[in-house]
Amino acid sequence: MTRIVVDPITRIEGHLRIEAEIKNGKIEEAYSSGTMVRLIEEILRGRDPRDAWAFVGRVCGVCTTVHSLASIRAVEDALDIHVPPNAELVRNIMFCAQNVQDHVIHFYHLHALDWVDIVSALKADPKKTSEIAQSISNWPKSSPGYFSDLQKRLIKFVESGQLGIFANGYWGHPAYKLPAEINLIGVAHYLEALEWQKEIAKVHTIFGGKNPHPNFLVGGMACAIAIDDSSGLNAERLALVGKLLRDAKTFVEQVYIPDLLAIAPYYLDWGAIGGGLGNFMAYGDLSTSGYRDVANYKFPAGVILDKDLSKVHEVDLRSDNEVEEYITNSWYEYAGGNDVGLHPWKGETKLKYTGPKPPFDFLNTEDKYSYLKTPRWKGHAVEVGPLARMLVGYASGRPDFKEVVDGALKALNVPATALFSTLGRTAARGLEAQLVAGWGLEFYDQLLANIRNGDTRMAATDKFRPETWPKKSMGVGHTEAPRGALAHWIVIEDQKIANYQLVVPSTWNASPRDKEGKSSAYEAALKDTPVHDVNQPLEILRTVHSFDPCLACAVHLYDEEGKHVNQVKVL
Amino acid sequence: MFTEAPAKRKTYYEELQDKGYSRRDFMKFCTMMAAYMGLQTSGVAQVAEALKTKPRLPVIWLHFQECTCCSESFIRSSHPIVADIILDKISLDYTETLMAAAGHQAEEAMHKTMKEHYGEYVLCVEGSVPTGADGVYCLIGGKSSLDILHEAAAGAKAIICWGSCASNGCVQSAKPNPTRATPIHKIIKNKPIIKVPGCPPIGEVMAGTIVHILTFGTLPALDGIGRPKAFYSKRVHDSCYRRPYYDAGLYVETFDDENAKRGYCLYKVGCKGPSTYNACGVMRWNAGVSFPIQSGHGCFGCSEESFWDNGPIYERMATAGGFGIEANADTVGKVALGVTAAGIAAHAVVTNLRKGKNIDKIIAEGKQSEHELNED
Repeated sequence: MTRIVVDPITRIEGHLRIEAEIKNGKIEEAYSSGTMVRLIEEILRGRDPRDAWAFVGRVCGVCTTVHSLASIRAVEDALDIHVPPNAELVRNIMFCAQNVQDHVIHFYHLHALDWVDIVSALKADPKKTSEIAQSISNWPKSSPGYFSDLQKRLIKFVESGQLGIFANGYWGHPAYKLPAEINLIGVAHYLEALEWQKEIAKVHTIFGGKNPHPNFLVGGMACAIAIDDSSGLNAERLALVGKLLRDAKTFVEQVYIPDLLAIAPYYLDWGAIGGGLGNFMAYGDLSTSGYRDVANYKFPAGVILDKDLSKVHEVDLRSDNEVEEYITNSWYEYAGGNDVGLHPWKGETKLKYTGPKPPFDFLNTEDKYSYLKTPRWKGHAVEVGPLARMLVGYASGRPDFKEVVDGALKALNVPATALFSTLGRTAARGLEAQLVAGWGLEFYDQLLANIRNGDTRMAATDKFRPETWPKKSMGVGHTEAPRGALAHWIVIEDQKIANYQLVVPSTWNASPRDKEGKSSAYEAALKDTPVHDVNQPLEILRTVHSFDPCLACAVHLYDEEGKHVNQVKVL
Repeated sequence: MFTEAPAKRKTYYEELQDKGYSRRDFMKFCTMMAAYMGLQTSGVAQVAEALKTKPRLPVIWLHFQECTCCSESFIRSSHPIVADIILDKISLDYTETLMAAAGHQAEEAMHKTMKEHYGEYVLCVEGSVPTGADGVYCLIGGKSSLDILHEAAAGAKAIICWGSCASNGCVQSAKPNPTRATPIHKIIKNKPIIKVPGCPPIGEVMAGTIVHILTFGTLPALDGIGRPKAFYSKRVHDSCYRRPYYDAGLYVETFDDENAKRGYCLYKVGCKGPSTYNACGVMRWNAGVSFPIQSGHGCFGCSEESFWDNGPIYERMATAGGFGIEANADTVGKVALGVTAAGIAAHAVVTNLRKGKNIDKIIAEGKQSEHELNED
């Protein structure tokens, strides 16, 4: 038995450490630890609830917007504020732009180097590369000359001896299987995606003034519609949004998806590795008729247990016995003891680091070993994220989900069971981007239609002033972040935040074991993963990256004193 | 301070040529960078000359208590040539967000640079350092961020603090600052430090700061609290295209009202532009597409020290300890909105001009309000 440590896990957001016991070339046990904490929830106490979106937006700058969106929805839920249709549509469009941008960045800049060997691309035949590129897509940048020039640049770069961000990769590792030509296509699109991602971000700049961290507003959006003024959303601004959304759809259809389908056949063995829990959960989002109209969500909500696609269980965020968090193996303490699970509205937690004193070589995983808490749904460990969403949509019988999922399975000639894997997780993200890129344009068309029909409302401000609020109120807001189901819970008292709590996607996936010793998604997926060379654990990166970790999101803390939360009743 | 590095490293211009960029591309890049740095036309030649002759610079980019919005903003930098060239041409030897290597191999890459380029590399820091509980609130590779910072700073020739986290502590240092999140300059005292605040900073401001160092071989001129003057010497309020509405007393009263649709001043719905120094009004965001005020939301001062504790976002500044002009704004606003007679409107403008002078005086004399000014 060998114990290895991968820390820092790079090409993620935040600070993640994986420790793994390896026996006979396979992972026997894995331990996932979040090693940074900021306690933003505690900082929120006593502040103006209308400001919360800005604070929690800073939980994460990679999945920028998702926490702000969950936050304004939580406040609007608490204060019973109904947002005008245009604001719902603008938020949906921003959701779509963010989702697609985030997935593309993940695939090319955070995940691709686990599958694409940069050094091997030096040996590619540019003419053959061009033939392959043109056989899989109509994307225009595909001539032999294009790939030849790129390769020359790459050769000079490597020969300079200063590999910068590509230094010390696992290049030449036998687990890299792609032909040199496909590696070269991967490098080309790595660079093209880097250029493209800053374009789609402009959708946020138009509606929210900047990206990362665009501005939101409780009650709607701040970007007024003024078709006859240069300071509002007019024909020029909206035309730019339309162009960016169409370009995004083209990029996904002509670059991302063809690359995914070209790379996957070389890694079909990963369709049987990294499956993990087999339990999946989505809260749903993207309503065509307002956030409160759950029935019209593009992403349906639900839970799938034990890979059983014939049954989708309902999920209720307000119920006090569904979502609960444990701290048995987390650096916190509960007044009620180490083994109780608490609904976010009843949390009473206190930070207590009991890990080794730095510098250290190994964590004591027999004891507490992470700053992440361990959330459970009715006691089940569940996986959240694009795979969960695609499966819930598929199991709910949605035709658009069935079409893309069945299409991909057919193209790769693999059974549906291949979905429950590292490869399935990575493929699901691409298929989701394809759906979402299309939906973005649907919402855009709806926004234009609404404005044409004379509706120019963008914010409901009748309850914006704190004087209009009840003495005490509670709310929950949810969304589907790129990395999975996200919800924020808020308690407002005397016009201030009395309690604010987040349960975020990477907490579901990356958390330590629960009181029964049950693993969460990362640890479960890493079990049985082969590791060819313990000094170059490329395989660990593949499976961990397939979840798209976001650790700054995952770590948070509840009310340190816990005095308000016990008074909270479930709505 | 920025002495010649070993000649084996290629110059930017050579790298550009190698990468297939033409001289024309190169000059375009230099022109843009010169413009961002506020240089006159003649400055373009200086930039070009510097990039042609200066060697590459090794960079270590550390991540502590942060949300990675600064890295994300950096890759949004508008010209492809910036993403393409600056990203790898500065020889970015360590950054957890993008580097291929992980774990030991990642640490090894950093240590190699720290050893081989001791005294020569630039250290970029994204995030604050938690000093509470002996530094255990941010651990990387089993070490505390505090130890890692000290180790990496020792051989750095300068430190760039990306964003508000590294420059002033940002959100995690807001009251009650439970992890004792600490900005870099309060920990490292013996190195030149450039603060590039903002949450995040504008991508081109980040690129421009690095290019300044490469171009002139010196740190950019800094203001009194360590920010590059090129990007932080103007108040958002003074460079705001809505400023004439402020001076004329025309304000948005509530979001999405008729005045919002006309693009009036956002001061009364909380805009902190009058106390914020940043380039948003000049350069705008994401290749000049917009900035918060243009998209209808006030500035909330994300590049200013302690901005999270400087009062609620939607409260106008006066009630948040800012300038004591809200009474005037109300009066003037009502007058200006309620009348069409030119004479009365002119009166409003005059009132505002007087108010504007007072603001300048308040700033010049370091006063908190008009009230305090009048007491003297």
